[in-house]
Amino acid sequence: MAILEVKNISKRFGATVVLRDISFSMEQGQSMAIIGSSGSGKTTLLRCLNFLERPEKGKIIVGGQLLLDAEDPATQKESEIRRKRLHFGLVFQAFHLFPQYTALQNVALAMELLDREQPNYRKNAKEIDAHTREKALALLEQMGLSDKTGLYPHELSGGQQQRVAIARALALRPDVLCFDEPTSALDPELTGEVLKVIRNLAQQRTTMVIVTHEMAFARDVADRVIFMDEGVIVEEGPAHEVIDNPRQERTRQFLSRYSG
Amino acid sequence: MPKTLDAVTLALLGAFRLNGYIFVGTLVIAIPLGLAISFGSMSRFGPLRWFTKTFVWAIRGTPLMLQIMIAFFAPPLLFGIVLPRTETAIIAFGINYAAYFSEIYRGGIESIPRGQLEAGQVLGMTRSQIFRKIVLMQVIKRITPPMGNEIITLIKDTCLARVIAIMEINMKAQQFASKGLIWPLFYSGVFFLVFVGVLTVLFNYFERKLNYFR
Repeated sequence: MAILEVKNISKRFGATVVLRDISFSMEQGQSMAIIGSSGSGKTTLLRCLNFLERPEKGKIIVGGQLLLDAEDPATQKESEIRRKRLHFGLVFQAFHLFPQYTALQNVALAMELLDREQPNYRKNAKEIDAHTREKALALLEQMGLSDKTGLYPHELSGGQQQRVAIARALALRPDVLCFDEPTSALDPELTGEVLKVIRNLAQQRTTMVIVTHEMAFARDVADRVIFMDEGVIVEEGPAHEVIDNPRQERTRQFLSRYSG
Repeated sequence: MPKTLDAVTLALLGAFRLNGYIFVGTLVIAIPLGLAISFGSMSRFGPLRWFTKTFVWAIRGTPLMLQIMIAFFAPPLLFGIVLPRTETAIIAFGINYAAYFSEIYRGGIESIPRGQLEAGQVLGMTRSQIFRKIVLMQVIKRITPPMGNEIITLIKDTCLARVIAIMEINMKAQQFASKGLIWPLFYSGVFFLVFVGVLTVLFNYFERKLNYFR
């Protein structure tokens, strides 16, 4: 069964149609790259998945559970959307780490807040906190940041900040982890360390949707690739096929700018 | 009438205690009330937003001295109740300063990048968790310098309480002057200098404490 099904998503900002009838699905453990020029709707699509934008039409289904039907207000209750967001994680282009917290606190914060909502939290507070801290430390270790756990975001390089942000997004074990151009705000020397971390996640079969301009990376890491243009999916298929042998003229035009 | 430095110092210090009392009382009211007003002025509910903005306009648009007089004369005239003088002054000061604080708070809150809120939302936080755990600390850091300014202004503004015959330091000093002893009037400035000096040191310390993040 598909872990994520997106059906007929449409979204407009005022008179501008940003997404037109977008549908795709993905299996558990797959990673999917979304490519396309700026303004093609890639980021808006990710933001719809994370309930940061509300589409006018369409459905989002995770693990068979209908999370959002844009035409059914019963699926859009503010109180439930908060929980539904936990099915997805999002890594932002500009990191958006919390500046007043250390790397470790950034990763642990959301877990701690959810822990405290557990009915038995008060009884076992110490154990639960220690366990959460362990999990956060393990995630930072996985990101190669064991020696940076006590540092604040402004003391970290861009690449390190983005790796903390990835650990933070992984902390709540989302079903689908989304990346919005995770390396676009980084110096070329720093993109490598972030891409390496995402590559490792792909090898561990983390379900991921990655909006990226790194074509070589998309081809090597993603199982499938979607090419978007002007709010529609122009081409979709296995990564090698779409990037090496695109069938559509628009895809070819787009990719030629990268291989040139 | 006492004329020695010691005696004048004691008399002025006694009066300055009232300035200090109004100062503290005003902050106790204005710091939380200002936050409530700032939420009102940022509300998505139009009528509340316009009501709040009109209120802030009226408070900032009229002299504080007049507001103190209104606070003093209006309750007896309208409702036949007489409130204690100093507390009346504190209420007027508290409302006035809350209006100014609310604009500082609003500026601070609106300056927090949208990405911070979205990062919290994506992690499943509630609106109140996002405010308390993410936004608040960053706002406090950003508003410390302008709040320092306002709070320093406040201690000097407390002299306005004399318009309703509260025997604060400026009125006390003038009492000496009217009896021919002019230097206590100049000397009263020293009390403010010392008070503001201490405030400045405190605010610098607080700002340094918040320097651990950017």
